[in-house]
Parts: sequence; C-alpha cells; structure tokens
Amino acid sequence: MSATRDVTDKRLTARQYADNFADIKPPLDTHQAAVESDRCYFCYDAPCTTACPTHIDIPSFIYKIRSGNLVGSARNILAENIFGAMCARVCPVEDLCEGACVRNTAEDKPVAIGLLQRHATDALLASGEVLFARAPTSGKRVAVVGGGPAGLSCAHRLAMLGHDVSVFEARRKLGGLNEYGIARYKVLDDIAQREVDWLLSIGGITARTGQRVGVDIQLAQLRRDFDAVFLAFGLGAVNALGISDENVPGVFDAVRYIEDLRQACDLSSLPVGRRVIVIGGGMTAIDIAVQTRQLGADEVTLLYRRGPEQMGASGYERELAQSHGVNVRFWSRPRRLVLRDGEAVGVEIERTELVDGKLVATGRTQVLAADMLFKAIGQTLVPDALDDSAREILDTKAGKLRVDENRRTSLAGVWAGGDCVGVSKDLTVAAVQDGKLAAIDIDRTLRA
Amino acid sequence: MTTRIDLTSTIAGIRSPNPFWLASAPPTDKEYNVVRAFEAGWGGVVWKTLGDDPPIVNVNGPRYGAWWSGDRRVMGFNNIELISDRAFDTNIAEITRVKAAWPDRAMVVSVMFPLDEQVWRKRLAQIEATGADGIEINLGCPHGMSERGMGSAMGQQPDLIEQVTRMAKAATTLPVIVKLTPNVTNILPAALAAKRGGADAVSLINTINSIMSVNLDAMAPEPTIDGKGSHGGYCGEAVRPIALHMVGEIGRFADTRGLPVSAIGGITRWRDAAEFMALGAQNVQVCTAAMVYGFKIVDDMIEGLAQWMQSKGYARLDDFIGHALPKLTDWKFLNLNYVTKAHIDQDLCIKCGRCYIACEDTSHQAISASKNGERHFEVKDDECVGCNLCVEVCPVENCLTMVPMQAGTDPRTGRAIAHDHADWTTHPNNVMACESVETVVKK
Ligand SMILES: Cc1cc2nc3c(=O)[nH]c(=O)nc-3n(C[C@H](O)[C@H](O)[C@H](O)COP(=O)(O)OP(=O)(O)OC[C@H]3O[C@@H](n4cnc5c(N)ncnc54)[C@H](O)[C@@H]3O)c2cc1C
Ligand SMILES: Cc1cc2nc3c(=O)[nH]c(=O)nc-3n(C[C@H](O)[C@H](O)[C@H](O)COP(=O)(O)O)c2cc1C
Ligand code: SF4
Ligand code: SF4
Ligand code: SF4
Repeated sequence: MSATRDVTDKRLTARQYADNFADIKPPLDTHQAAVESDRCYFCYDAPCTTACPTHIDIPSFIYKIRSGNLVGSARNILAENIFGAMCARVCPVEDLCEGACVRNTAEDKPVAIGLLQRHATDALLASGEVLFARAPTSGKRVAVVGGGPAGLSCAHRLAMLGHDVSVFEARRKLGGLNEYGIARYKVLDDIAQREVDWLLSIGGITARTGQRVGVDIQLAQLRRDFDAVFLAFGLGAVNALGISDENVPGVFDAVRYIEDLRQACDLSSLPVGRRVIVIGGGMTAIDIAVQTRQLGADEVTLLYRRGPEQMGASGYERELAQSHGVNVRFWSRPRRLVLRDGEAVGVEIERTELVDGKLVATGRTQVLAADMLFKAIGQTLVPDALDDSAREILDTKAGKLRVDENRRTSLAGVWAGGDCVGVSKDLTVAAVQDGKLAAIDIDRTLRA
Repeated sequence: MTTRIDLTSTIAGIRSPNPFWLASAPPTDKEYNVVRAFEAGWGGVVWKTLGDDPPIVNVNGPRYGAWWSGDRRVMGFNNIELISDRAFDTNIAEITRVKAAWPDRAMVVSVMFPLDEQVWRKRLAQIEATGADGIEINLGCPHGMSERGMGSAMGQQPDLIEQVTRMAKAATTLPVIVKLTPNVTNILPAALAAKRGGADAVSLINTINSIMSVNLDAMAPEPTIDGKGSHGGYCGEAVRPIALHMVGEIGRFADTRGLPVSAIGGITRWRDAAEFMALGAQNVQVCTAAMVYGFKIVDDMIEGLAQWMQSKGYARLDDFIGHALPKLTDWKFLNLNYVTKAHIDQDLCIKCGRCYIACEDTSHQAISASKNGERHFEVKDDECVGCNLCVEVCPVENCLTMVPMQAGTDPRTGRAIAHDHADWTTHPNNVMACESVETVVKK
C-alpha cells in the first residue's frame, strides 16, 4: 500500500463486483437460438467460413441448430476449431466471420455467429460427450512446448491422428492466455479449464505442467527424445514504454495484473487505483481499462498515440470501453513519468499528429495525475526456450519465429505456431488454426 | 386520388359494411367473442356450427397443433375440435341478442344436421326467428363429425350435397351458403351439386385432413390425447394456395361460373383477401389469423384494402372482383413462344450464392459463381431455361427477376423470338394436336 497514491481493495460491494463481472454477452436460450439460426441463408461457399481463420462450416452448424441437432452442430465447429467454445466468446467476430456475413450488405445486421457457436459448443461441453475418436496408435511421440490454444490445438489433432503427445507447460495450469489473459467477463464459469478438460478427454495427451523449456528441460533434449516438436510458447513479456524510470512503484504490467484478476477467487481483494491511466491501443489496453473501471476505479483514461483508425482494438472493443466510461484520448503519448517519493503519481503526455503519414510530436504537453499507470503496448517474445542450436529460427527484427505455410521451421523436426510466430494477428482463433495446420503437417511428415 | 372507397359487400343478398367475416370456428363460438369482433370492426360472422341437441362433446386434452417458422410464427394450424358443444337454445338466444344489437353486420349461422327433414325444418325455423341473415351448411368438418356420417363425409358425395342443400332450401327462406370441403380431388362436382340443390352461394375451403406432427419421444401423433392422436383439419397461411386454386376453379368453370363464393383459407392480410376476390370471391372469411393474432387485425385488412383500391382507382369491390379470372387458364394454352431469362441486379445482390447452388445442383447449371477470380454471380443466358428457381430462393426482394426477351435470338435454343402465340395444342410434339383440336378449343 502506498501513502502517495490512492490504491485500495474493496472499492465495491459484493453485489457490484458480481454485476460488473457478469457475462458480457449472455448466451442465447433455445428459442433465441432458433430465431437467430433461422436468419442464416445457408450461403454457398459461405463468406463467413472463408473469413473464419479456422474455416468452420458455419452454414452447416447453424442449419443443425435450427434442426435441433446440437451434437452435429458442435461436431462441425469442433472438427475445425477444438477451442470453439472459447472462440465463440473471445473472437472479434465483427472483424472475422460476422464481418463477412452477407446479411451485413442488406440490413447491416449479421447473423450472430459467435453466439450460435457458443450455443452449440456449450451444450456439448455440458454433455461431456467425447465426439472424436483416436486413430490406431502410430507409435510416434510429439513434444508440444506451451499449453495455450496453439499448443493444445496441435496436441488434440495429433492425438486424434494416433500420435502420443507430451505438453510441456511452464505454468501450473494449462490454457495459456485463455486461462490467464482473456477478460474475466468474457469467460465465466471456469470455461477455460472445462474446455481443456474436455479436450484432454480424448486421451493420448500427457500434460507436463510446471516444466519450463529452457530451464527445466532443454529443447535439444526434446528434439532427441521425440519424433517432432511444436513450439507454442506465446509472448512472455510486455514491451517497455521507452521512457526513463519506468520500473518504479505505480507503473504496472497490464498482462500481469489481468492474470491476478483472472485467478482471483475474491475480486474485492484486488487493489485498484482511483485514477487509472492505461497506455496502449490494442485488445489488452481495452481489457485492462474496462476491468479496472469495473473494479471500481473512478476515472480511467486510455492514452493512444494514434487515431481510432489505427487502433488494434476493434470497433466493438472501442465501444465497449466507451460504454463503460473509459475516457479514450487519441493522439497522446507519454513523455515522462511524474514521480513523488520515488513513485509514479502521474504522467506528462504530449500531443501527436500525422505529418505526411509520419507520427510526430507537437510539443504541446499536459500532466495527468494517476494512482495506477498500466503498460499495455504489446507483448514481446521471450526466447528462453530456444537454445543456441535453435536461435536461427528467431527473426530478431520481427521478434517472432519464422515458419512456412505449414508452420514448419527451418529446424528439422520443429514446427511452431500461435503468438510466437508472425503468420497472422495475435488471436486465439489464429493460434488454434496454427496448431491444427502444424499437426496435419507433422502427421504427414511422420508417416512419410 | 380522392375516390371514395366503398367496401360494402353483398353475397347471396347478405350485406355487410366490409367483406371481412369471421369463419365459423372458435372466434364465433358465443356472444362474448362475436360482440368483441364487431367492436373491432369485422363486417360479419358465421356463427360456430350448431348441431342438433344433445350437443356434441369435445376432447378435454389439447385440440390444436401448429407448424412454426423459425421465430415461431404460425405457418400452419390444425385442430380436432368438433362443432358447437353448447345447447342449441343457448346459441339461439345469443344470436338473437347480438343481431338485434348489431343490425348492420352480417349474421350467418352455420349448421350441421343429419339427413332428416324434420330436424332441418324445426331448427332452421328457430334460426330464422333470431333475425339472422343466412344459413351456412357445414359439409366440411373432416374429423369426428365425419365419422358420424356428417361434415366432410357428406361433403365428399355430390348427391348428398345436393340432397342436403335442397332440404335446407325447402326449410327456410334465408339465403343458404354451402361450405365445401377441400378433401376431394376436384372441387367442381361438389360446387355443381350445391348449385343444383339451389345453394345461393358456396364457401370454401374448410380444413384439410392432416397430421400436424409426430412426437418422436411418445411415438404418437400430435396433438396427443392420453397417448393417442387422430388426424385433424389443416388451416392457416399454409393452405392459402390450395384454397386459391379451388376458388379459381369454380370461377372459371363454365357451369359454376357466377355462383357466389365466400373465400376461406389462410387469409391473414388485406392482400390475401384482394387475391381471392380477384379470382372471383365476393367476400372472405377468416379463422386462424384471428385465432393467432386476435380481432384487431381486421383494422389493417380494411385500411389496406381501401388504400390499395384507392391506388388502383377501384371505387367498389365489384370494380375488381373476378378480374384475374380471365387470365387463369390451362397449361396447354400457355404461350410457348414466351421466353424469359433470369437477371441479377448486381447492386442488390448480397452474394449469398443460393441461386448458384440451387441452379447448379438441381436445375440447369445456368449461374456462374465467380468472375475474374472474384465472388460474383451471373446468369448464363445460353443455359437459363427461365424456370424461376433462382428467383424463388434469392433472399433479396427484386434482386433476381425474370426478364422477358422482347426480340432477337434465344441464346439457349438459337431460335428467334417469335411474337405470335404458340401453345401445346399446336405443338408438333403433341401427337394429339391437329387442326380440329384447335378449333374445338377456340369455340
Ligand atoms: C490481455 C489479453 C487479452 C486478450 N484477449 C483476446 C480476445 O479477447 N480475443 C482473442 O482472440 N485474443 C485475445 N488475446 C490474444 C490471445 O490470447 C492469444 O493470441 C492466444 O492466447 C495465443 O495463443 P498461444 O497458444 O500462442 O499463446 P499463449 O496463450 O500465450 O500460451 C503460451 C503458453 O506457453 C507457456 N510457456 C511460455 N514459455 C514457455 C516455456 N519456455 N516452456 C513451457 N511453456 C512455456 C505459457 O505459460 C503459456 O501457457 C488476448 C491477449 C491478451 C494478452
Ligand atoms: C379450431 C377450429 C374449429 C373450427 N370449427 C369449425 C366449425 O365448427 N365449423 C366450420 O364450418 N368450420 C370450422 N373450422 C374451419 C374454419 O371455419 C375455416 O374454414 C378453416 O379454418 C380455414 O380458414 P383459415 O385458414 O382462415 O383458418 C374450424 C377451424 C378451426 C381452426
Ligand atoms: S471461431 Fe471465431 S471467427 Fe471462427 S466462426 Fe467461430 S467465432 Fe467466428
Ligand atoms: S454469411 Fe451469414 S447468412 Fe451466409 S452462411 Fe454465413 S452466417 Fe449464414
Ligand atoms: S440468391 Fe440473390 S442475393 Fe444471393 S447470390 Fe444469387 S442473386 Fe445474389
């Protein structure tokens, strides 16, 4: 606790915490699902399917909801995307499937694909049905590094194809950012763990939690012991602000804080500032801004150095912030921290503008007071899993691992996917697709 | 634009302020409902069918079933209800009171009696004394009553239709409307029989034999009564096309043409009524739509019909009644020289691809799905037979239309567009076609 800053826990009543962290997009009931599924035109070569990074056969799964065949519907979804339940909650659908729905053209109102996907997959998870059987065992063993959506998607597909998989995960729990990163109000009722448990029920996957590759075991060792290795260790650190003295009390790492928020049994135990400033323009920035506001912060200001068009967060996310009372200030960047007694108590910001397409500082400054300052300007890859023999796959300029379209690295027997590679946007659904594609290629290679 | 629209309607001498009546069914079961209907503006009612005493009994379990659209709009409806389950005198007393209070509305009383002259004479005299405007004979109820030789059991036998109509006509001076059952392969013999018996008008359709659904848990038809179900009568929007056809047949067949028709079957909006009247109906009756939405819908029916008549310059119902009949013909007289091609309005197209897959999988492979590598749907005129499937499956109104070819050559057949009429009766492939056929037809 700090004398200079107003940071405290228990800002709200139990009731308020419960309301503020209730399901942000409540599920459809049976009738709502029937009405919504009836809106789907069952398009030929459906644009929504093309737009989904995992290419789920969306018209078919919606048709099956309409017919009351929920198991078949879930099978369509999970066959392409084993994290269908999570993706239904966290995908920025307005930029993906729903953004491509033909009903936008005629009436500006897409079919609610995400909510329908949730309807079918939730029913399946509740039933506990296994759905997918394993092929006869191949006798091959694959190591997966990282138990997030990329790693587990790969593991599940490999298990299906008959291989034995060991997942090395540094943390105590599997799930990656599904478990530690996604905003709390998107993933209620322990869905991340329930989904992982269901996924593992296929068999053939051994979870080696608490094992950090590079520390507890070396990559070279894995390459010797297994027939193939899939790297999916995500992005382990946050970017620095690039201003002096940023490692002082009062400055926080948004991802670390969200991790506590996701793991907290009792939200009232989380200290939060009265005035919060968030620096960044992506999904993480929005999530920390909205969640600190929901924890009882009076004033939350989000600083983004560019305009709304350049923001990484989608229009929906931006609206979410605004409708939760987050004050979004575009064209503003931090210049220096305001310190008192060695703690950050504010930030001096400088207005920016675009001159000939280049972002320049205007020299106009202003000081904003803050009790908590969050860094949310993107994450960066921590290469500690890569030993010297594997350094070549790291593209140091991009800060990502290099892979081909099958997610194969230049190292024999090593594939990679998810946030740690630079194929597509850092999204759960993209990580799932990476894992799936890698598994298919690994299988093809191991059987060759 | 300021034509005064007169919706006054007359059928078989029975007048009503508008052509919208409630059909004989639960909405007209008793005084309370009928008074509410008149308050809402309905032009007339056909009172729920009266039988001889003792009254019938209804099942005490579910008697209705439905087929729904995705948002649970009732598309089709079915019932196993019988005729009025109240005593004859109770109904008579209420009819008398309501008619006295609402003299300008049409009050027709539906009846169903066995073939017994005595009964008809006694009961119709009592009905006449109520001040009612007419009688409707229910020859259509397809369930329950038919098992007792009445309803559709009579309505399926032209000689019985004629006999019972004659009996009714002999027993009353009131106009007699004969309500026909659609549970026949051809409606004309029934209509003709009613005419021979002296009917002043016919009304149709009553409900269609149907099983609404089967409960796959109980393995029993629905609605299910103590584990069993029986067929019921189908009605509501889904039956409208069947009713339109039957009404049209009566209107265009020489021997029944001119027999006044009160049209029934799925009428839900003013447009439905206008369509039936264009095919010759004098007025319409409504049951399911009122049961689903309540009586207030008559408001739109009256207003919408008047608006439309206004826009077309029709002042009275007679100005358009039957106007579509001359265009209802046999397939063999349709012009085979008339060529249409489907056309996609690219500005309206939302690129769902439904037209493509429908045509590709089940028709003539006449729509392409891409152009220069882009998603793009276009009709290939040299393959399109003008079948209309794509038009029907396109979810966007007016996006896909049929465009008649006015001149030039049909790229599919390579034949020049001919402007004369040529139909099957003269087609070389028609082995029966010869000059004499044509002359017979033209007579
Ligand atoms: C705050 C936040 C909110 C987000 N919200 C959304 C959202 O709403 N929608 C969306 O689509 N995406 C969202 N994302 C992005 C999404 O979470 C990621 O794209 C996705 O989780 C990437 O999956 P991954 O498997 O590549 O990595 P991760 O989920 O990060 O999983 C990597 C796993 O590897 C483990 N690991 C790391 N190093 C080692 C090692 N050396 N040895 C063993 N294990 C190791 C980690 O502990 C972790 O479990 C969000 C991200 C953040 C940070
Ligand atoms: C519940 C119910 C009961 C009916 N009872 C009678 C009846 O007693 N006598 C009758 O002539 N028709 C009866 N009908 C048929 C209707 O009058 C009408 O002919 C038929 O429903 C078609 O019209 P609609 O599509 O507007 O409902 C009944 C229909 C329903 C739905
Ligand atoms: S996985 Fe995501 S993008 Fe794909 S269909 Fe489901 S919600 Fe849409
Ligand atoms: S684009 Fe929209 S309407 Fe077409 S299949 Fe996909 S969800 Fe259905
Ligand atoms: S069905 Fe209609 S909207 Fe859909 S692609 Fe064809 S023309 Fe376009």
